[in-house]
Amino acid sequence: MAIKKFMYLNRKASYGTAYAIESLEVVLIAAAFDQDVSLAFIDDGVYQIVEGQNTDGIGMKNFSKTFHALGDYDINKLYVSAESLEERGLTADDLMPLVYEDEDDDWEEKPSVKIVSNAELTKIMSEQDVCLSF
Amino acid sequence: MADILGAEVDEEGFLVNLKDWTKEIAVEMAKGDDIDLADENADLFHERWDVLNLLRDYFEEYQIAPAVRVLTKAVGKKLGKDKGSSKYLYTLFPYGPGKQGCKFAGLPKPTGCI
Amino acid sequence: MLHTVNKSSFERNSLQSCLNTIDDTSVILLIEDGVISAAKNANSSMLADLATQGRVYALQGDVDARGISSKVADNIKLVDYAGFVDLVVEHGTAVSWV
Repeated sequence: MAIKKFMYLNRKASYGTAYAIESLEVVLIAAAFDQDVSLAFIDDGVYQIVEGQNTDGIGMKNFSKTFHALGDYDINKLYVSAESLEERGLTADDLMPLVYEDEDDDWEEKPSVKIVSNAELTKIMSEQDVCLSF
Repeated sequence: MADILGAEVDEEGFLVNLKDWTKEIAVEMAKGDDIDLADENADLFHERWDVLNLLRDYFEEYQIAPAVRVLTKAVGKKLGKDKGSSKYLYTLFPYGPGKQGCKFAGLPKPTGCI
Repeated sequence: MLHTVNKSSFERNSLQSCLNTIDDTSVILLIEDGVISAAKNANSSMLADLATQGRVYALQGDVDARGISSKVADNIKLVDYAGFVDLVVEHGTAVSWV
């Protein structure tokens, strides 16, 4: 099967609607088919990967933990909009430290999250075969 | 709705409520597939439980059932390199580590598993 | 690229998100409630700029259904479903801002 470049645009926070968890499901499916997957977090989507989520009080699954598994699925390109973070008073330090092991570099742990400007994101999007917005 | 020892299962035999899981349920599910998870002298008893426990730990940590290749990687890392192969995992769970292993461990069917 | 927006900009930020990341060659097609943003007074200045460059389209059927065909800003081009298909073919990768 030909490998295509898939980008998932995550634009909504995790628990108010089902968009975020549905996106993550589809991301894992695409990865199971060995596609080139990248994720972008813009608008309230940046809240999906904020550190310290605790869902005990709302009786929902805390699927922020699942983002830590993405490295093992060879998903290691997570782009976060700098503008969206700033509008919400968030910084890189507020995000989960997501990493992957680089098999080309003696399995060294490297960060998966990259903060980019909207202009950089525009360029990355234009290089994709498929963009899916959630 | 079908059930195993009072715990509700779906049409493929996976637990509906993951919190219902007990070792006894795993033993009962395995019995249906001619696998003995009760007698510690049974063939591959410890090897199978090592993988089932790993699957449960994995789910606890990441909230998903791992895809086979991810499970293979994790088994190799935690249980020894020689065990990190799909051939080994299929020896333990002939119907597939995803389908059978996750089921016995009380996990949902892995995402993307057909 | 072709960007479709199907939400009113009065209700959701889909159009703004799209405008934040659109490149110089992409076009926007407003569909469903997205056509509400095609009305003259609903226009953001950035959308108006793109419209001036001939890069904003709206789906005729959705415009008509909402009774705003006389209010659509002058530079926004109306297309039917066949025109929608032409845009998809012409612009390759499509992004749906839902």
